Amino acid sequence: MLIELKDVNKTYDNGQPLHVLKGINLSIDSGEFVSIMGASGSGKSTLLNIIGILDNYDTGEYYIDGRLIKGLSEKQAADYRNRMIGFIFQSFNLISFKTAVENVELPLFYQGVSRSKRHELAMQYLEKLGLADWAGHYPNEMSGGQKQRVAIARALITNPKILLADEPTGALDSKTSEEVMQLLAKLNREEGVTIIVVTHESGVANCTDKIVHIKDGLIGRIEDNREHRASMFGANTIMK
Amino acid sequence: MRDLFTEVWESVRRNKLRTALTGFAVSWGIFMLIVLLGAGNGLMNSFMRGGAGFASNSVSVGGGWTSKPYDGLKSGRRIRLDDMDVAITAGNQFSQYVDQVSPTVGTNATLSLGKRSFSGYIDGQYPAAKDMGKVEMLYGRFLNDKDIADSRKVVVMPESTASRLLEPGQGVETLLGKYVKVGSLAFQVVGISKADRMRNDNNLWAPYTTVKTVYGKGQEVGSISFTTKGLETEAANEEFEKQYKAAINLHHRAAPDDERAVWVWNRAHQDVQMKKGRNILSTALWIIGLFTLLGGIVGVSNIMLITVKERTHEFGIRKAIGASPWAITKLIISESVTITAFFGYIGMFLGMLTCTILDKTLGQAKMSVFDEQIAMLVDTGVGMDVAIEATLVLIIAGTLAGFFPARKAAGVRPIEALRAE
Repeated sequence: MLIELKDVNKTYDNGQPLHVLKGINLSIDSGEFVSIMGASGSGKSTLLNIIGILDNYDTGEYYIDGRLIKGLSEKQAADYRNRMIGFIFQSFNLISFKTAVENVELPLFYQGVSRSKRHELAMQYLEKLGLADWAGHYPNEMSGGQKQRVAIARALITNPKILLADEPTGALDSKTSEEVMQLLAKLNREEGVTIIVVTHESGVANCTDKIVHIKDGLIGRIEDNREHRASMFGANTIMK
Repeated sequence: MRDLFTEVWESVRRNKLRTALTGFAVSWGIFMLIVLLGAGNGLMNSFMRGGAGFASNSVSVGGGWTSKPYDGLKSGRRIRLDDMDVAITAGNQFSQYVDQVSPTVGTNATLSLGKRSFSGYIDGQYPAAKDMGKVEMLYGRFLNDKDIADSRKVVVMPESTASRLLEPGQGVETLLGKYVKVGSLAFQVVGISKADRMRNDNNLWAPYTTVKTVYGKGQEVGSISFTTKGLETEAANEEFEKQYKAAINLHHRAAPDDERAVWVWNRAHQDVQMKKGRNILSTALWIIGLFTLLGGIVGVSNIMLITVKERTHEFGIRKAIGASPWAITKLIISESVTITAFFGYIGMFLGMLTCTILDKTLGQAKMSVFDEQIAMLVDTGVGMDVAIEATLVLIIAGTLAGFFPARKAAGVRPIEALRAE
C-alpha cells in the first residue's frame, strides 16, 4: 500500500474541542485515482492535509510507502512534502511575482537543483502541459485553466509519489474543469501517478476510479467507479 | 547565493517607496555615526597637537621634602638634586630604560637690553631639552653640543621674552646676534623660539655648563629631565618610577619608599590619560551613533514584520512545496541585511564625504588660544578600521532586525499560512 491510515483521529481545539476525524482507516494503492467526497465540515480537507503532511494528527498511524509519518520536525515534513507529494489547490496558489516557469522551478530550488537544470526541467513540464509559450508570463496574465495547469506542472516536477488535489476545479468553469480532470485522468492512466482529489462535486468525483465518501469524520461508503457512472449526468460531464 | 539575491530583489522591488523610507533611517544612523566619530577624531587630533607640550616619554625630576624619618634623619628635610643624581640617572642601573638625560640648573637674574630691563630667570639646559620640551625654533638655532663643551655665553629665548626686551614695534628677529645682559654678564642671542604654552615671558636658556660655572652652582642641579625607552605599559612605568625614586632617595639618605623626597613627573601617565580620554570620547560617540542607528534598525525590523505578514500566504505555498523553516528564515534575514547594508553604505559614503568637507572647511579654520593658532579640527574623518567596524555593525544590526520577523515567518504552520490572505 502506498498510503495507509489506521484509526487516525484529529481534534481541533479552538476554545471548544472539535473532533473532526473520528478514526479514519483508509488504504490507497500506488497508481490509484481516488476522490474523497463529502459535505463541507465532513473532515475531507483535514484528511487531505494530514495525507499531505501539512497538518498533524492526534492518534493513529499514517504510513506513506511503509514509512510512519508522525511527529516529524518542520524540516523533515518540508523535505517529505517536497520529495513525495505534489499539491494542486483550488486557488492555484502560484506565487504572483514569479513567472510560470519560475513557479514550476520552485520545488526543485528547495531540493538544491542547479539553476540551469531546474529551468530545463520546468520547461519540459510546461511543454508537456502545453504552456511552453506562457513560460515567461506572470500568473495574473493567464486564465484560470492555464494557472491550474502551471500548478499541476509544479506539482509534477519533483516526480512525487502522490498528487493531492484540493478542489482542483473549484475556481474553474465547467469546460475548464473537465479539461483539468481529463488531464489528471490522463496523467494517472499514462504515467501511473497516484492521484487523490478532494471535492464536493459529484461530476468531478465521477472522473475518478474510486470514490471515498466521508461523513462526520468517518469513512462511509467506498465506491468502485471504474465505469464512471456515479454521476447522474453521465460520464465525462461536470455540471456547475 | 544568486537565487537568494534574486528573491530579495523581487521583494524589495515590489515595495520601493517603503524600502527607501525605511532605508533612509538606517542611512541617517550610519551617517551620524561616521560624522560624529570623524569630528571626534578631528577634535582629539587638534587637542593632541595643541596640548602636546612635552615628548610623551619624557620624565622630569625635582627635589622635594622628605615625609618620613629615615637613617636617623627626621622628616621634612629639603632635598636638593645634585650631580650625583644626574650620574645615577645616566648610570648603568637605569641604562636599560633611560635614553637621554638633560639636567637643568637656573638662577634669577635681571635681564636687560638698552634701557629695558626686568627680572627674569636663566636656565642652564642641554641640547636634548629641545626635543623633550618640544621647543619650536622661529629664528636662529637652539643650544648645541659645542655651546656646552665651550661653556659659551649664548642664550635662546622664547618670543614672549624677546618682545619684552625690545621696543614695541620691533621684530623679535632683530634680536639675533645682539648681546643681552643677564645680571652683569652679556650673552649673545643665538635663537628665538615660539612661545611655550605657559607663555613664560621672563626666561632665557643658556648652556648648562655656562650657567653652572658662571653662577657658581657647584654640585647643585635644579631638575633632571630624561627620556625613557622600552617602558610600554603603565605597570612598567610605575615599576621603573618606584626603583628610580628609591635610588635617588637613598643617595639623599631618604626612605626608599618616601613618595615626597623627590618629585617625578612622568608624561607617560599623561599620555595614558590622553589615550583614555580619547577612548572615552570615541566610546561615547559610538554609543550616541549606535542609538541613532537603533532607530533605523527598529524601522527595518518593523518593515520586515509587515513584509512577513503580507507574505504569510506565499510562505505557506513555499512550505507546502518543500521550503524548510530555515529557507524562509534565510530569505527574511537576507532581505533585512541587504536593506540595512545597502542603505548603511549610502550613509557611510555620505558621512565620509561630509567628514572630508569638514576637513576642507572647518578643519582650515583657526582658533586663537593664548595667541596660538589652533585648528579646531585636524584630520577629520574615520579610518578603515571604523569603516570595517561599521560594516560589521550593519550586518549584525540587519540580522537582528530580520531575526524576529524571520522567526515569526518560519514558525507559522503551513496549513495556517495557506489559509491566510
